[in-house]
Amino acid sequence: MFDLTGKTALVTGATGGIGGAIARALHAQGAVVGLSGTRAGVLEELASSLGGRAHVLPCNLGHAEAVEALPKQAAEAMGGIDILVNNAGITRDNLFMRMSDEEWAQVIEVNLTSAFRLSRSVLRGMMKKRWGRIIGITSIVGVTGNPGQGNYAAAKAGMIGMSKSLAAEVASRNVTVNCVAPGFIETAMTDKLGDQQKEKLMGAIPAGRMGTGEEIAAAVVYLASDEAAYVTGQTLHVNGGMAMI
Amino acid sequence: MSDIADRVRKIVVEHLGVEEDKVVEAASFIDDLGADSLDTVELVMAFEEEFGIEIPDDAAESIQTFGDAVKFITEKSA
Repeated sequence: MFDLTGKTALVTGATGGIGGAIARALHAQGAVVGLSGTRAGVLEELASSLGGRAHVLPCNLGHAEAVEALPKQAAEAMGGIDILVNNAGITRDNLFMRMSDEEWAQVIEVNLTSAFRLSRSVLRGMMKKRWGRIIGITSIVGVTGNPGQGNYAAAKAGMIGMSKSLAAEVASRNVTVNCVAPGFIETAMTDKLGDQQKEKLMGAIPAGRMGTGEEIAAAVVYLASDEAAYVTGQTLHVNGGMAMI
Repeated sequence: MSDIADRVRKIVVEHLGVEEDKVVEAASFIDDLGADSLDTVELVMAFEEEFGIEIPDDAAESIQTFGDAVKFITEKSA
């Protein structure tokens, strides 16, 4: 089950904890992977640890021209893009009353607008091929909200609405569009939280622990597979029961 | 019938699964040939590839019938 041999997958934010795990998991199922992120060195390391079937595609998703160029580079390197994982994300947390226009705009640009541009760009090939998977890594906070993350929660909620709309447009072409919503996962992003914050969060997770990147990656592998062909427009929450939606 | 019209008709027949004799000059892709909005986008993509041309979005919107498509492509490839 979940064999991805012969499929090509582009993963953004592959330098991060979750993105790296997603790339490794897709690769382990047989896919050719395109690794995108801002830090070329980290991508090179990941690619060499994977061995073959991995292409390094550095890109800053904050720049519109770079976002336009990425799918073309990926398609040239891999021969097409069957699976797009919009995983890249940044945070610029601040209390709403103190949040600057720039903090708002940067998060929307990288987390939401780049996902829109990349998705738009890969659709042509997917529609022609009558097969495609677009998977957005959203967040529990896109559904529940979170103090200090008005910008991030807006972008993540936006991704869910965008995915549902696109899913409805292209379902008849065997292209599915879904989201995975991680809860509290061990990554560099959550490392920044203080012990007290972590303890408080832990109390809100019925599973009693943080999740791992691999557990998010497993959900992505499922949604990318042929077995998930009838699942579209959905958000799969992977959060240890932190929110049951 | 011009070569361009034949090639366009072939694409329309294949893509929409309609009878060849239904694809007449005034036939509207959506109203007469059963295309949905996504089909029209795909038809334009197929025309672009078949004829090696670019059809901008505003022009694509004006292509409503088989005749429109043949006329646009004939002018574009002239």
